[in-house]
Amino acid sequence: MAAALINVPAKAKRGQIIEIKTLMSHIMETGFRRTAAGELLPRDIITSFICRFNGNAIFRADLFPAIAANPFISFFTVATESGKFDFEWIGDNGFSETASASITVE
Amino acid sequence: MTQSPAITVAALLVMAAPLVAAEIPQGQRRSGFTFMAPETQAMQNDDDANPGMLWVLDGEKLWNGKAGAADKACADCHNDARFSMKGVAARYPVYDKSRGRPVDLEARINLCRAERQQATPLAYESHDLLALTAFIAQQSRGIEISAGSDRELESFVAKGRELFMRRQGQLNLACANCHDDNWDKHLAGSAITQAHPTGYPEYRLEWQSLGSLQRRLRSCISGIRAQPYDYGAPELVELELYLMSRAKGMPMDVPGVRP
Repeated sequence: MAAALINVPAKAKRGQIIEIKTLMSHIMETGFRRTAAGELLPRDIITSFICRFNGNAIFRADLFPAIAANPFISFFTVATESGKFDFEWIGDNGFSETASASITVE
Repeated sequence: MTQSPAITVAALLVMAAPLVAAEIPQGQRRSGFTFMAPETQAMQNDDDANPGMLWVLDGEKLWNGKAGAADKACADCHNDARFSMKGVAARYPVYDKSRGRPVDLEARINLCRAERQQATPLAYESHDLLALTAFIAQQSRGIEISAGSDRELESFVAKGRELFMRRQGQLNLACANCHDDNWDKHLAGSAITQAHPTGYPEYRLEWQSLGSLQRRLRSCISGIRAQPYDYGAPELVELELYLMSRAKGMPMDVPGVRP
């Protein structure tokens, strides 16, 4: 399993704007580079990222070859209720990773 | 004017080329961190945004995982790295009595693997070796570098310094020509830094990966169009040792992020 770093505040006040930060390890090989022998290195990237809160999608992003290795994705949301964030990264060659984090809203 | 233009140009070049300057005065020493844009500094300072932390996480797993014929983990001998490895990276490379030579942290990990774990050595720049090195070195965050203090290392520090000062390659440049004489200037838009290796292994945005000090040295040596030494070569270890002793007293900031 690829290493991932997730930062979700453990606690927040209702209505508070919170920042969610994710970092996923991935080489993000563009598919445009060649080896010293001239052979094309096949594309190997993460193609999509989705964040669900209590089962509902709240953020998603499509990723492309120009995005750097180990993509860092951060976004903001409003804390409405306590629950669980589920993160999912999907990519080439069957790449699929998940992570989750809980928040308590007071 | 009877002088040919070529001679004039050559004369000007000789006049313009500064003598190899003395080393950087203690009070003017800076970490490569201080040369970076605020955005890159922020990336290093935030453990959730610093990609080097991905290697640190993997390194922690390797530290606790059993390996080799001895079926031992690093933790089985060294216990909790937060205590046992604190300050270790700040002392490396150290003098190894049985070999009569300095060894760097990567070499020490592989010696431990061979002798204590009876495991195969990890290749230089392999993910696992970088991960273990990063995890161990991260325990020295904020600790002042003390490498090269051992008296037995004196001659090796001197060898590393000699290599640092020696002009080589098609461009006929010594490390010192950039990193001692011109560290306040730029090379192709990038800041020339002072060669204080406080953050290794470090994440270079250009590499899109974590890399060791030896990788950095090899890139620099290719840059002056010289033949780089092989990974693990005594010359590279001596250079590492000299650079660490140059940075004596400066705090470690592993894993560093650099452009």
